[in-house]
Amino acid sequence: MLTHMSSSDPLAVSHGTTAPSRWRSDGRADGIFRWLVAGAATLVLVVLGAAAAAMLWGGRLTFETFGWHFLFSSEWDAVNKQFGAVVPIYGTLVSSLIAMLIAVPVSFGIALFLTEVAPYWLRTPIAAAVELLAGIPSIIYGMWGLFMFVPFMAARVLPWVNQNLGGVPGVGPLFQGPPLGIGMLTAGIVLGIMVIPFISSVMRDVFRAVPASLKESAYALGSTSWEVVWNVVLPYTRSAVVGGIFLGLGRALGETMAVTFVLGNSHQLTASLLMPGNSIAATIANEFTEADSDIYLSSLIALGFLLFIVTFVVLAIARIMLHKLAGKEGNT
Amino acid sequence: MHSLSRHLKNTAVAGAVALGMIAGLAQAATTITGAGSTFVYPILSKWSADYDKKTGSKVNYQSIGSGGGIAQIKAATVHFGASDKPMTPEELSQAGLTQFPVVIGGVVPVVNIPGVEAGKLKLTGPVLADIFLGKITKWNDPAITALNPDIKLDDSLITVVHRSDGSGTTFNWVNYLSKVSDEWKTKVGEGTSVQWPAGVGGKGNEGVAAYVKQIKHSIGYVELAYALQNKMAYTQVKNRDGKFIEPSLASFQAAAASADWSNAKDFYLVITDAPGAKSWPIAASVFVLMYKEPKDAAGTKAALDFFKWSLEHGQAQAKALDYVPLPDALVKQIEAHWKAEIK
Amino acid sequence: MNSPHHSRWLYARRVAANAIAKSLGTVATLFGLFWLIWILWVTLEHGAAALKPGLFTQMTPPPGEDGGLANALFGSVIMSLLAILIGAPIGIAAGTYLAEFARRPAWRETIRFLNDILLSSPSIILGLFVYELLVRPAGHFSGWAGAVALALIVLPVVVRTTDEMLRLVPNAMREAALSLGIPQWKVTVQVLYRAALPGIVTGVLLALARISGETAPLLFTALNNQYWTNNLNAPTASIPVVIFQYAMSPYEAWHSLAWAGAFVVTMLVLVLSLVSRAILLRNRISHD
Repeated sequence: MLTHMSSSDPLAVSHGTTAPSRWRSDGRADGIFRWLVAGAATLVLVVLGAAAAAMLWGGRLTFETFGWHFLFSSEWDAVNKQFGAVVPIYGTLVSSLIAMLIAVPVSFGIALFLTEVAPYWLRTPIAAAVELLAGIPSIIYGMWGLFMFVPFMAARVLPWVNQNLGGVPGVGPLFQGPPLGIGMLTAGIVLGIMVIPFISSVMRDVFRAVPASLKESAYALGSTSWEVVWNVVLPYTRSAVVGGIFLGLGRALGETMAVTFVLGNSHQLTASLLMPGNSIAATIANEFTEADSDIYLSSLIALGFLLFIVTFVVLAIARIMLHKLAGKEGNT
Repeated sequence: MHSLSRHLKNTAVAGAVALGMIAGLAQAATTITGAGSTFVYPILSKWSADYDKKTGSKVNYQSIGSGGGIAQIKAATVHFGASDKPMTPEELSQAGLTQFPVVIGGVVPVVNIPGVEAGKLKLTGPVLADIFLGKITKWNDPAITALNPDIKLDDSLITVVHRSDGSGTTFNWVNYLSKVSDEWKTKVGEGTSVQWPAGVGGKGNEGVAAYVKQIKHSIGYVELAYALQNKMAYTQVKNRDGKFIEPSLASFQAAAASADWSNAKDFYLVITDAPGAKSWPIAASVFVLMYKEPKDAAGTKAALDFFKWSLEHGQAQAKALDYVPLPDALVKQIEAHWKAEIK
Repeated sequence: MNSPHHSRWLYARRVAANAIAKSLGTVATLFGLFWLIWILWVTLEHGAAALKPGLFTQMTPPPGEDGGLANALFGSVIMSLLAILIGAPIGIAAGTYLAEFARRPAWRETIRFLNDILLSSPSIILGLFVYELLVRPAGHFSGWAGAVALALIVLPVVVRTTDEMLRLVPNAMREAALSLGIPQWKVTVQVLYRAALPGIVTGVLLALARISGETAPLLFTALNNQYWTNNLNAPTASIPVVIFQYAMSPYEAWHSLAWAGAFVVTMLVLVLSLVSRAILLRNRISHD
């Protein structure tokens, strides 16, 4: 991790050598600036706090009615007013996990290509093109997924997956089922494509921000460019790279429109990734506008609150793992 | 120096333009706003455009779903809401609202069976219920072949496709299944979304249509316009009078006409399983919701003027978009209802 | 251990690893571009019928009539601009606080953590939040509410990227500037921001790209408008909501408009990204 000795007490450095009047006005300007940026950071907290509180308030009827049962029930029956969050939570985690398994290595590859492999004239256009993937409206990912990608998966990919992976001991049950095309695997892949630009853009920018002197000294020792990236660039930028991954993960966890078209939106719990599932965001988007009872609406909002919690837990686990990793490597 | 003054001039011009825009952007709201049912969105936008051309009044209707329409009119953020599912008279009086139908449509079963063309396959309500319950699993089930002696059906597994999102279409569909099948009524029930015993879910009518087209041996349900525009194989369904009926504007109209509107308080009537030899069994009406004593009286008056014009002069546009306009008698009844109910 | 034979073998292995890594990087890039081209091709193919000058001058039509997306484009541009004007400065300031000013590590990490959570809240929830905050009390949907909802999506993205990019600026730069007696705010604005600029701009662009396609937060804030409006207090049309409504309809002409709208939005994002990068590049050259 980078440490900023300057941020601990920067004023002391700047005040030593200046004349008293400028001293004061600079001090005042610094004070105002500090206030401004601190205010902005506080605003971020207030927004999140208010949104979470609003969700909790909106979901209170559900938490009062079902209590802990809401967390452990896989029931989702609007007619009999029985609601549980297991299926959407499971679907959110699994589809986001698949997305990250695809997006992280691919994004790293793209960043490597853009900083070490591609000729200079090609870098900006390709970077802009990859970033474009973030600019495609998510409803279009959904429509493309529904009309093009789902039939492609059903006809070409899933039968192969079913045949070759369905019998593998241990992971087999994950890949068994009829090749409908819709389901967790398809949704995960679409999500993966959607988050690639977020992760790869950040990775590329931070790789480029590595001081040239650092890289050059490694090259001078005879390192190949892969070794420079793996042994110098990546450790130096690790915190920022993880930040970029979180950026993508955040998008994957909260994505609605694209997922609702390809996930199949079934409230049944299945082990198979080829079967339809559901996610928190998709459930809210699908059912919110037609929810016709108070407990139904409240349950959807409670799901929204749970997504905050799920995100909290996922991020916390990621941070703890990182911390351990950093400890093992003797810190950088 | 030269470039500086030019720069200043440009900045001043840009500033003036920006100021003018912000001033323009801050005027008070004047247009009539409505929101709700997705099903009625195309025809309301057509009526609105024609009404705008004729009178210069702009009515802005947006599809956010029937449930959303009810929620928004209750929150008084719109002048009117629209819903595929009527509110009960108690709910209406509780919220100070009133409702009236504006247009009729219908839900039709669509199938994807190689060799079976539109309008050929014959089904009954109870058979549809058993298919959607997951009890009838093969196309050559005796219950289906008995109705279709002329069609060769094999033992392919049926894939049921239903809506994944809450919807008025689903409400009318399961309302019909509940009326014709006791088992459906007790096991699943009715609502804008239900716990489906079988099948996969598609998002919106478009999603269901796409899945039925992609998955062989599947069956789903969509609104007529989607079945026609996508050239899908809709089926005949046996109505309450025991006749097999093809979905069409005429059979929807027959269902609407046979419904007993005059005895329905606040027009609270779901017209599925309608009587009459020519009635389509799964017809549906769309309701508009308004305040009886609106805060914005002028806005509500303008909205009523729009609906008066639409109901009286909008029949041709409705038919062109596969909707059934209301019968004249019903329009008269609605206009009398406005006079009596809305201040 | 150090026999010439062994070191030659080691060298060959290192070179091979390098080559493999580079080719995998190239494959990854092709993988990313493959999807982009496929999706763009589909939008172009299906939107071709609606891609004509009228797309930019005519209003959104009812079914069966000719029309374009002028009102929706205008609404989207205004709301996205306002969202960036609101969200980006606050986000950059908050990111600056995290990277440069926050003193206690626990406090700093807490804010970062919470910002990450805000990043992944589904946009429909942020829309609902703004609905309760602005639409319900006002009694009508408005373009302002839409812009604020979009700004809430911009905010965490910009915070995250600004924070990361500032932290990557070598400490030597800060120390050099501060030792000259330059106050910290000037160091931040004139030295650190300049060094971190490409990354900060990327963050803003990513945020802009993301909001240009967001439907869910607009549906309950700006709603949509069949007509042109200059009035930000009225329901305001936007491209994503129009795409959503038209794509879900049964009519071919509406489908074309939806695909064409998607193509135009994507191209707009491309142009913006290229132009801002070009400006960045020019500034760099002229200043360095």
